[in-house]
Amino acid sequence: MAERERRRTPPYGGVFVARSEVLDQAAVRRAVRRMAHEIVEANEGLVDVMLVGLQTGGVPFAEAIAEALEEIEGVSVPIGKLDVAFYRDDINLRPVLPEADTEISADVTRKIVVLVDDVLFTGRTIRAALDAIMDQGRPRSIQLAVMVDRGHRELPIRPDYVGKNLPTSRTESVNATVERVELGEVTR
Amino acid sequence: MKHLISTLDLNRADLEQLLDLADKFAGVLRRPIPKVPALRGKTVVMAFFEDSTRTRTSFDLAARRLSADVVNFSVSQSATKKGESLRDTVETISAMGIDAVVVRHSSSGAPRQIAQWTDASVINAGDGWHQHPTQALLDAYTIRKRFSALDGLNIAICGDINHSRVARSNVDVFTKLGANVTLVGPKTLMPPDTSDWPVELASDLDEIVRDLDVVYLLRIQQERLSSGLFPTVREYRSRWGLTTERAGMVSPDALIMHPGPMNRGVEIDPEVADDPRSVILDQVAAGVPIRMAVLFQVLGPGQFDPVTEDNGQVHSGTRSKSTPTSDGERLAATNQLEEVS
Repeated sequence: MAERERRRTPPYGGVFVARSEVLDQAAVRRAVRRMAHEIVEANEGLVDVMLVGLQTGGVPFAEAIAEALEEIEGVSVPIGKLDVAFYRDDINLRPVLPEADTEISADVTRKIVVLVDDVLFTGRTIRAALDAIMDQGRPRSIQLAVMVDRGHRELPIRPDYVGKNLPTSRTESVNATVERVELGEVTR
Repeated sequence: MKHLISTLDLNRADLEQLLDLADKFAGVLRRPIPKVPALRGKTVVMAFFEDSTRTRTSFDLAARRLSADVVNFSVSQSATKKGESLRDTVETISAMGIDAVVVRHSSSGAPRQIAQWTDASVINAGDGWHQHPTQALLDAYTIRKRFSALDGLNIAICGDINHSRVARSNVDVFTKLGANVTLVGPKTLMPPDTSDWPVELASDLDEIVRDLDVVYLLRIQQERLSSGLFPTVREYRSRWGLTTERAGMVSPDALIMHPGPMNRGVEIDPEVADDPRSVILDQVAAGVPIRMAVLFQVLGPGQFDPVTEDNGQVHSGTRSKSTPTSDGERLAATNQLEEVS
């Protein structure tokens, strides 16, 4: 959710201008596959594992990881979507996106929930997501997979699976989709 | 959105945004813990100067589901009984530091007046014959749930139109959302002039009942019975009540609605209230998510203040008014912070 929403939302509202492509589609696919392998390694047999994509940017990555897990282990893990809008600490600053729905069909209690997001930045979205998941039940553990870790954490949160560590300055913006990862700026 | 006083202040896009938001909150209410921290730290006062059970309970629950603190205030135990003026009462509550006040009052216009005496957001929970915005919203929500949109639907509102705030707000919301509205009732209970209302008029329910998608029955208030404006209960029922016989002429796909509380046997026959087409309990159920949407819209993102950022980074949601506003000033502030870090 982080980057994409930030770009669409005042005071961030503006146009993303890419300066450089960090990963192309093939590289994104390889990174997703590697993360899937790491998830398998850490959670043998994928027993009780479920993926939860954060709205809206994390959802396609959750789907891509689930696809890779299916290829690697032949196991189809449940996927959910989570919108953390009502759990944010900056709730006054962002609009609620009507298309971003929460849909977690399986009970999370005693499950290993892998949260999936596109870009990890301050960690505030993940903080909100932890609260939101806890309100759905009591998972055995929660792990975090992100396509890009761009640094600048403001909370003691670290990812378990990272597609790409990307050093950035605060003024830069990252666009991460399943097609490409780009570094650039948002112009107003 | 700072206040919700009248549906007339909302356009179609505002209405749809509220209905979409209510859909999200209906999803929250289906979760194992049907509560979100969205309005944590906000205080909402329920100031009901007129009795109400469902509206008050529903607002109360909605605020709690959003983690707001709720203070109840009722006339029977308040200083109003001791002769305090409305203004003094409002200023007193307001001085305690609250974020929103939900007002029900028997005088039309009271909420708008109150909004001038307090910095808190004012939400109208029904004022006199004037408006009952959340009722209209929850009715539109209930209809949209069944028909997916109100565009082109034929809706009749039947009963004591003149004394009804529900009729006034519902006519406005239904027509803004594209429905065709017909008002039906005894001439004595019709507003004296409906020339600027976007509605059709009918004097008999039988004339139109077959073509309706929604039959909306208003409650006949007991105090009207002796007012001289009202025919006998038997005559009212036979011409304007939704009797079992008349309900037989209503389309099998239509909805039967009532804002409650019902007078079974007057405006609606007991069997009709329990008919499968009746969505009266769905209306009540829709009240909570709709009021969550209104509270969230009034106390949540509506108070957007663009200058709480530094270097594209959101921190706290301070609401100071003296922060720089122009792009240049904001840029200057940004640069300063960059130098520090």
